[in-house]
Amino acid sequence: MRRSGTAPCAGCPMQGDGGLRRLGIDMSQADLVVALAGNPNTGKSTVFNALTGLRQHTGNWPGKTVTRAEGAFSYGGKRFKVVDLPGTYSLLATSADEEVARDFILFGRPDVTVVVVDATRLERNLNLVLQVLEITDRAVVCLNLMDEAERNGIRVDHRALARDLGVPVVPTAARSGRGLSELLEAIDGVATGAVATKPHRIDVQGGALSEALERLVPRIRELYPELPNARWVALRLLEEDPAIVEALKSGELGMITEDYAVPTAEGPR
Amino acid sequence: MSTADPRAAVLDEARALRWEIGRDFHDKLMEAVYADAARIAARSVTRDGAEAAFSWGRAVDRVVTSKLFGFPLMILLFAAVFWITITGANVPSGMLAALLLDRGHPFLLGLAAQIGMPGWLSGLLIDGCYLATAWVVSVMLPPMAIFFPLFTLLEDLGYLPRVAFNLDKTFQRAGAHGKQALTMMMGFGCNAAGVIAARVIDSPRERLIAIITNNFALCNGRWPTQILVAALFLGSLVPAYLAGLISAAAVVAVALLGVFLSFGVSWLLSRTVLRGEVSSFSLELPPYRPPRILQTIYTSIIDRTLFVLWRAVVFALPAGAVIWLISNVSVGGASLAEHAIGFLDPFAFLLGLNGVILLAYVVAIPANEIVIPTALMLTVMTSPLTGIGEGAGVMFELDSLGDTLRVLEAGGWTVLTAVNVMLFSLIHNPCSTTLYTIHKETGSWKWTAVSALLPLALGFVVTFFVAQVWRLLA
Repeated sequence: MRRSGTAPCAGCPMQGDGGLRRLGIDMSQADLVVALAGNPNTGKSTVFNALTGLRQHTGNWPGKTVTRAEGAFSYGGKRFKVVDLPGTYSLLATSADEEVARDFILFGRPDVTVVVVDATRLERNLNLVLQVLEITDRAVVCLNLMDEAERNGIRVDHRALARDLGVPVVPTAARSGRGLSELLEAIDGVATGAVATKPHRIDVQGGALSEALERLVPRIRELYPELPNARWVALRLLEEDPAIVEALKSGELGMITEDYAVPTAEGPR
Repeated sequence: MSTADPRAAVLDEARALRWEIGRDFHDKLMEAVYADAARIAARSVTRDGAEAAFSWGRAVDRVVTSKLFGFPLMILLFAAVFWITITGANVPSGMLAALLLDRGHPFLLGLAAQIGMPGWLSGLLIDGCYLATAWVVSVMLPPMAIFFPLFTLLEDLGYLPRVAFNLDKTFQRAGAHGKQALTMMMGFGCNAAGVIAARVIDSPRERLIAIITNNFALCNGRWPTQILVAALFLGSLVPAYLAGLISAAAVVAVALLGVFLSFGVSWLLSRTVLRGEVSSFSLELPPYRPPRILQTIYTSIIDRTLFVLWRAVVFALPAGAVIWLISNVSVGGASLAEHAIGFLDPFAFLLGLNGVILLAYVVAIPANEIVIPTALMLTVMTSPLTGIGEGAGVMFELDSLGDTLRVLEAGGWTVLTAVNVMLFSLIHNPCSTTLYTIHKETGSWKWTAVSALLPLALGFVVTFFVAQVWRLLA
């Protein structure tokens, strides 16, 4: 079930993919930053490799990417830096990898966050998507492993999904390069602001919590008018998340830094 | 705290509100996330009515992770991988050795003589640095080029999480984290990589256990030693057609002993200095995926094989120089190496080893790969053999296994020495790269020292014990 334009060689650099140029690790003068998030073992590293032309080791087991990998590509005349975040089930920062992922999406302020999801396990993967959408408006959902889903008789209506989530949803099979050009288009559109998003926000049931948010959110907006995710910050403050409390105290929340670097240790692969 | 600070005021407000919304707020919030996710997924996902009732993956999992077949299958699979590696690497290893050592070495010496290079310089550079490097390449490249693709294929297929699943219970009983099985698997490739992989473990206590015990996963730098010694001494105890099988079995036995030591030391640590709760985690068994064979071979050769080989070469160069120097710098009528060997000999005898081997381990701290060539060279230098070898400080490859065996036997090696070399190669301090990585990961000199000294002490104890029992029985 290949669509036209995604022939078997779609993944090879000669194909072009509508102007994709893989730049490997040459991250000089990146115009835009792309973060890759997702549950473990959904093929983030495969998507990363397809975009950058790098050969970050991909392995069929969860938790393989423990450090943040970075690479670059250019598309439509712009240079993109890609950051492959460790796979996580949530962004509550209860573990080191969740913290790396969350801190980058929050403080790194990527121009677009691509959430790679497993089409065969959509419901569980959506938990993470919804949490990402709380933090950032600029997101693209990469509905990966479509080939596996088809083999298992699972069909996903990606248009309905996009409508519900309020962000572009692109079905892909990154292993064979399927859907890559559509993904690039969506990344470009959201990163440059050409595609407007209206992300789904979690329906907070319960009167007490709604009231608390109504009181707290305006106070945070007063402090940091530029903040795109005041409601999420309010929720974290109510949970007494130490990293967020500290970021609010120090004013880090208000800083829009061009290239915030989450400290990572480099080492042999 | 002054309320004049607007930031502090917001925090105060949040703290006050926290009391109003109740303690179950976090759970409620997560429930809201799950509810939304379920609703959205239900709206967009349809399943074919005729969904396959029989799933291959599940059927395979039932066997691969079963209590009855899980462990034997695992051991069989790894034994097969080792066997293919050992038998397959022989021929290309010999060809590389013929090219780099038999031809390349004399050629370079001739070249050096032609341009009038002084003897000490050509000795240091060609007999020292070049030979050490050439040896490492010819001994390490073929087995790695076979092992890594095989291992990566297993990984790509989705087998590794099943191994972790099988070992999980045992690790928990040992007071360690189930994911330690995954770090151990990485350690079979390279301990430094295994130490870094321990980041997947959240609890600092369990992560430390995983880091300290990773050294017991036999890394690829040590297989050539295991394989060569097993082939020389144990393979030759049985008829030729069984030799490959017996050697592979011996290497698997040593690797298994390493796994048991991992459990044992984890258990010990978790009951003494690193006491605490075992944390639970969920491990997802990914679907089996047909491995992409060509791509796997390509990436595992580029990413893993050449990466590890490069590291070995970087360490072999200076080590080669050191070996040449200690064999050629004389103090009081004997070379530094001979002094050191004489000094280490009595202690080494207690361990069923000899001074040459211990010195080789000291010289080879940067990279385990060069232990055997160093030991060979030092043996020739101090043994009464003549006509073999190429002089002081020259590492060499002998033309046949028989030649190598003759040199080692002349140096006083017995089957006991061979067994204890294999044991000591498994149980000693990690190489300096791994130690450096451990320090970087833990940020602690104390735990780095523990990681170095604990296996070393254990190695002394084990080899001492084996030597005493062996001599009693012999």
